[in-house]
Amino acid sequence: MSAPTGTLDRRATVKALLAERGNLLAISGLGSSTYDLFDAGDHAGNFYLWGAMGGAAMIGLGLALAQPKRPVLVITGDGEQLMGIGSLLTIATKQPGNLSIAVLDNGHFGETGMQLSHSGLGAKLEVIASGAGIGSVSDIADMAGIETFRRGLRDVHGGTQLARIRIASGEVERALPPRDGVYLKNRFRGHLGFAVT
Amino acid sequence: MDQIAAHQDNATSTDWPVAIYRTLKDFRVAQVSYVPDAGHSTLIKLSHADADIKTTVLTTEEEGVALSAGAWLGGDRAVLLMQSSGVGNCVNMLSLMASCRFPLLTLVTMRGEWAEFNPWQIPMGKATPKAFEIMGATVLRLEDPDDTEEVISAAASLAYDGDQQVAVLIAQRMIGRKKWTKETH
Repeated sequence: MSAPTGTLDRRATVKALLAERGNLLAISGLGSSTYDLFDAGDHAGNFYLWGAMGGAAMIGLGLALAQPKRPVLVITGDGEQLMGIGSLLTIATKQPGNLSIAVLDNGHFGETGMQLSHSGLGAKLEVIASGAGIGSVSDIADMAGIETFRRGLRDVHGGTQLARIRIASGEVERALPPRDGVYLKNRFRGHLGFAVT
Repeated sequence: MDQIAAHQDNATSTDWPVAIYRTLKDFRVAQVSYVPDAGHSTLIKLSHADADIKTTVLTTEEEGVALSAGAWLGGDRAVLLMQSSGVGNCVNMLSLMASCRFPLLTLVTMRGEWAEFNPWQIPMGKATPKAFEIMGATVLRLEDPDDTEEVISAAASLAYDGDQQVAVLIAQRMIGRKKWTKETH
């Protein structure tokens, strides 16, 4: 089985997803997704993960349930989502309309030497997400699809939407956001109006 | 599949989950997540029936750790319910809570410590306090149903006000000696 042949540039893709972000809140999975989100423009409404592999979508769910009026976008990679694959079933039981999950799928574990991932070896994340019960699932291979998905982010009344996004597997220069978790937490909560106590 | 259900023969077993629920309400807990567990079944039912609590069933315990972090980012207080057998699953995700100093309140029903008939429950039961402690979490024990409110309240303050990760281990003795029978329901 060969790796998926994505062509989308991951940085351009994430920049496009964050365009005109309005009141969007964003969570990024560790590794390249965190660098992509930071590269698209630092923002107090961004929460960058530097660890917690497999937890990005669940952090997104907890946030989306707590902030039902704010759109929440989880940006993560195929490897990060694969480690927390059961979370797709959990999210499907709640399906908050303000939660969207963008899985940047290059079929590889980019951070650890570009070994083929399970999606590179044939697993279909969009089929798994549908099978988990997530109602709105798309398989995106071009920027027109990204634009359609981005417009859907603002609709907080539908169900949870998940996109498998076929990105190219080339290496991209790192863009490193702050790593201090307490700072990132307090900055994010401050953005939502919660005082540091 | 045959349903193997646990029966509780401890007279107090129906009271302390209600005391936990009331205490969590006093602390304005807005999210509850759980891995199904007989010891927590009353609390899970109460939580599902409460429109002000968003209740989420998990496929594995570490999902609830991450969910609690997301809830706190969004201003919600969360509680994670599990059994001792699931504590080991949480170890790496607890680094998220330590790195960001996220509050975590988890209530763990113990297996493998009191009249346990299933040897497979014993290793994780024995390792449960240490598994939390190696990741920096504070461990409290609830041994007597009469102490429920006091212990849960202390744990909740330590978590939500003290920004700590706190596990309350609910003694298997409190849950009651389990009689395992075949049942169809």
